[in-house]
Amino acid sequence: MTDTWSIGKYTFTSRLLVGTGKFPDFPTMQRAHLASEAEVVTVAVRRLDLAATGEASLLEWIPKHMTLLPNTAACFTADEAIRTARLGRELGLGDLVKLEVIGDPRTLFPDVVGLLEAARVLVKEGFTVLPYTNDDPVTARRLEEAGCAAIMPLGAPIGSGLGIRNPYNLRIIMESATIPVLVDAGVGTASDAAIALELGAVAVLMNSAIAGARDPVMMAAAMRDGVRAGRQAFLAGRIPMKLHAAASSPMSGLIGT
Amino acid sequence: MAILVRLNGEQRELPDGLTVETLLGHLGVKATRVAVEVNEAVVTKDRYPVHRLSGGDSIEIVAFVGGG
Repeated sequence: MTDTWSIGKYTFTSRLLVGTGKFPDFPTMQRAHLASEAEVVTVAVRRLDLAATGEASLLEWIPKHMTLLPNTAACFTADEAIRTARLGRELGLGDLVKLEVIGDPRTLFPDVVGLLEAARVLVKEGFTVLPYTNDDPVTARRLEEAGCAAIMPLGAPIGSGLGIRNPYNLRIIMESATIPVLVDAGVGTASDAAIALELGAVAVLMNSAIAGARDPVMMAAAMRDGVRAGRQAFLAGRIPMKLHAAASSPMSGLIGT
Repeated sequence: MAILVRLNGEQRELPDGLTVETLLGHLGVKATRVAVEVNEAVVTKDRYPVHRLSGGDSIEIVAFVGGG
């Protein structure tokens, strides 16, 4: 049986979600997307540069089989996020939204009060809401109660590459939630992605770690494999951690005894 | 006659009597790759030919860009 996961009416096989920001150029982005084997790709909504119409559009470089996940990045109020989500739906003709309400420009940590407010409105409007949130289990529960389709706690600040900083909180969120938990943001390298999946995350979302790597295409492939390895390790069930040794070779039958 | 609107954050003079559809044509923007908001409410594509713009309108024309 194929190992799939679902949010709302969507079902996916790949557990890696990728972004479209900060790539050196569109051709590199496209090769990285294909190497990642991701099925979901985030995009941002911004004012059109009216002086530069007719330039190559981002959408032309996103492989057609990928599902668009518009975000509300850089929105600092619930109202801005709601308006941006509505425009994203109009642009992409899908109901998925990666909901971000940012509370602090330096850390880009979420404003969970605004996030909850925006989530409630957008759920009511029929959106499939994927909120980018803190690694706080209580906020996660509130977001689930608000009708979100998934919870996306951060591993570390956006673009920081610090990896999974609070695996214990993430585990608490995962064991409590009845909707998918995706780790969003903070991943720096393939082992971080593996850790997220080993912890039990349904999937992991990243942009900078791939786009900012020296070789984004090779890193995309590494992330694909890291996610796969982490998922398999999770399903296989790791051994418990012990303080002392537990020999793997027989302790009896040694020569000279 | 001209009207004064706010377009993507900037004051701009437009010919009177434009609809969203004729505004996009006037700007040379392909309707398929943008979304439009007038006074903080999305104008859906089917409304482009009938939604008339008035003086004082605040218009946002947006597109997808790279992001994470």
